[in-house]
Amino acid sequence: MKKIFATVALMFASAITFASGGSTVHLEHMAPDLHDKASLQRGMQVYSNYCAGCHEMGYARYERAATDLGIPADIFEANLLPAGKKIGDLMDNSMDAIDAKNWFGATPPDLTLEARLRGHDWVYTYLKSFYEDETRPWGVNNTIFPSVGMPNVLEHLQGVRHMTCAQAPAMDEHGKPKFDTLTGDILTEEQCNVVVQKTEGQLTEAEFDQVAYDVTNFLVYMGEPSRLQAESLGLKVLLFIVLFGIFAYLLNKEYWREIH
Amino acid sequence: MAVMKNFMAWVDARLPVTQAFEKHMSKYYAPKNLNVLYLFGVLSLLVLVNQLLTGVWLTMSYNPSAEGAFASVEYIMRDVEYGWLIRYMHSTGASAFFVVVYLHMFRGLLYGSYQKPRELVWLFGMAIYLALMAEAFMGYLLPWGQMSYWGAQVIISLFSAIPMIGPDLAQWVRGDYLISGITLNRFFSLHVIALPLVLVALVVLHLLALHHVGSNNPKGVDIKKHKDENGIPLDGIPFHPYYTVHDIVGVAVFLFVFCGVIFFFPEMGGYFLEKPNFEAANPLKTPEHIAPVWYFTPFYAILRAVTYPLFGLDAKFWGVVAMGGAIAILFVLPWLDRSPVKSMRYKGWMSKVALVLFCISFVVLGVLGVLPSTEGRTTVAQLASVVYFLYFILMPFYTKWESTKPVPERV
Repeated sequence: MKKIFATVALMFASAITFASGGSTVHLEHMAPDLHDKASLQRGMQVYSNYCAGCHEMGYARYERAATDLGIPADIFEANLLPAGKKIGDLMDNSMDAIDAKNWFGATPPDLTLEARLRGHDWVYTYLKSFYEDETRPWGVNNTIFPSVGMPNVLEHLQGVRHMTCAQAPAMDEHGKPKFDTLTGDILTEEQCNVVVQKTEGQLTEAEFDQVAYDVTNFLVYMGEPSRLQAESLGLKVLLFIVLFGIFAYLLNKEYWREIH
Repeated sequence: MAVMKNFMAWVDARLPVTQAFEKHMSKYYAPKNLNVLYLFGVLSLLVLVNQLLTGVWLTMSYNPSAEGAFASVEYIMRDVEYGWLIRYMHSTGASAFFVVVYLHMFRGLLYGSYQKPRELVWLFGMAIYLALMAEAFMGYLLPWGQMSYWGAQVIISLFSAIPMIGPDLAQWVRGDYLISGITLNRFFSLHVIALPLVLVALVVLHLLALHHVGSNNPKGVDIKKHKDENGIPLDGIPFHPYYTVHDIVGVAVFLFVFCGVIFFFPEMGGYFLEKPNFEAANPLKTPEHIAPVWYFTPFYAILRAVTYPLFGLDAKFWGVVAMGGAIAILFVLPWLDRSPVKSMRYKGWMSKVALVLFCISFVVLGVLGVLPSTEGRTTVAQLASVVYFLYFILMPFYTKWESTKPVPERV
């Protein structure tokens, strides 16, 4: 059932995505899974450890997230709740917006609605797209957010990556990889804006992808915490309307039998 | 039962409740051949009630200030019990309102429901449409997101294109030099009090005028020409119960689609809730691409299609004139149609072609209004705008010249 819904939702989304406009850069796809509580919990853990110092989620409350993610209140308070905060508080921080602007060039945005604003694919790709750039104040840049003001806080996990000339898949004008018509292999060509691994981080590429996935998944949840509740209530409501509709149809038929 | 009867007798002696129910429901005779397109009137009423009720509950938790508006909407979405449901019902309802109203108006064009003696029904309907556009425009500012802010900025700045008084007029509407909390406050007041009152009053007039002259039908036959000995139209049936049970089925189908959107696709891919509106309004940061919500885009495309200055006045002014004209010309429709028949079924081929071209141009303009403009798109929009206006301007001629088919006596 869930799968059918996901498929329908996907068809719907792909049919109307042109409305959202957007950039020409290629985004990596990630499919959020709000039923994967473990992923959401890990995402919240990463957010609390790496992001929350600068990025508020000022429209949401700790308690709601803890409850929805199935984290017991005592464990949450002992491990994830910042000092001086109560569990019913909004997830804001004490960084002054003007200081932040001086330090980073722009105030770090509130992340409560980031996934709804930019889309989950963007967030996922963004987290993975930092590379070394000595011309920038923090020594890093981002391929999908040029001249970004944010340092790469996950660098020790991902390792250092840099831009160089290398063989990379050749793309056609639609941004799709070109294939060798005989062998079916992806064609490659020498390109000089390819980001490659320079030094290893603490995590393998697959492990880091999982971290980026978990954080993005968590941001998707935070953007609309009522999503799962809406879907479960929605099924019941639609079922009721169908039953109601059947009786309404039969009543209508009974009345109109005598009209010619 | 006897108690009930006595009670109603007591009330009726003091207030004509039974009489009113009979006049408008159980003894209101509607043609028996009404089809599915006649559902959209009652559905508009349903959506209006939905907007009024959910609006009352949203107002309980909404904070109409530049500092608190955006956060209070998220408060409704997160901290208010079922606040997300109330808000999605309202935001989806806004779009649903225009869907059903556009189909309702199309029905009017198709079957000539605006023709004599229903001119006032059409005029009140058009006034409702105008009030609805104002209501939707003001309501869209209230979430105080980026698109709310910049959409309002673009539309209000249109006033400044009027020669001489323009800039002062725009400032008077805003109440400030730019969109600010002052603008938000007045829009809130108009959105929750003034315009809903106007809307409800106009709906009452629309229905009273309709029930005075009676409903048109797909054949455009006047059912009052043939009555039985009691003065009841032979082709009429009481609205209640026949059309009430009919409408309930339609309501169920509508609610299925409406709730499907509310619960599963409330953003509708960025058409019902635009993505930039998930960021709080920022007067210092203009979004990349500002597009009005889908139901305004046909008129926005007409505005942008005018690119030539004329008589020493710049193109923007003439764009505003064209946009206003596109809506204003609908008001005089009853006097443009010179056809002896009402329904498209008995009109000639020219009317049919004209209506098809008009509908295509309206949809094309709607799509173009969403997209950023390019040279090619502007040319298409200009062409579509010309078709839009020619539909009305040429109507007195083609409806008079073409040969029509005879209208049957009975439905």
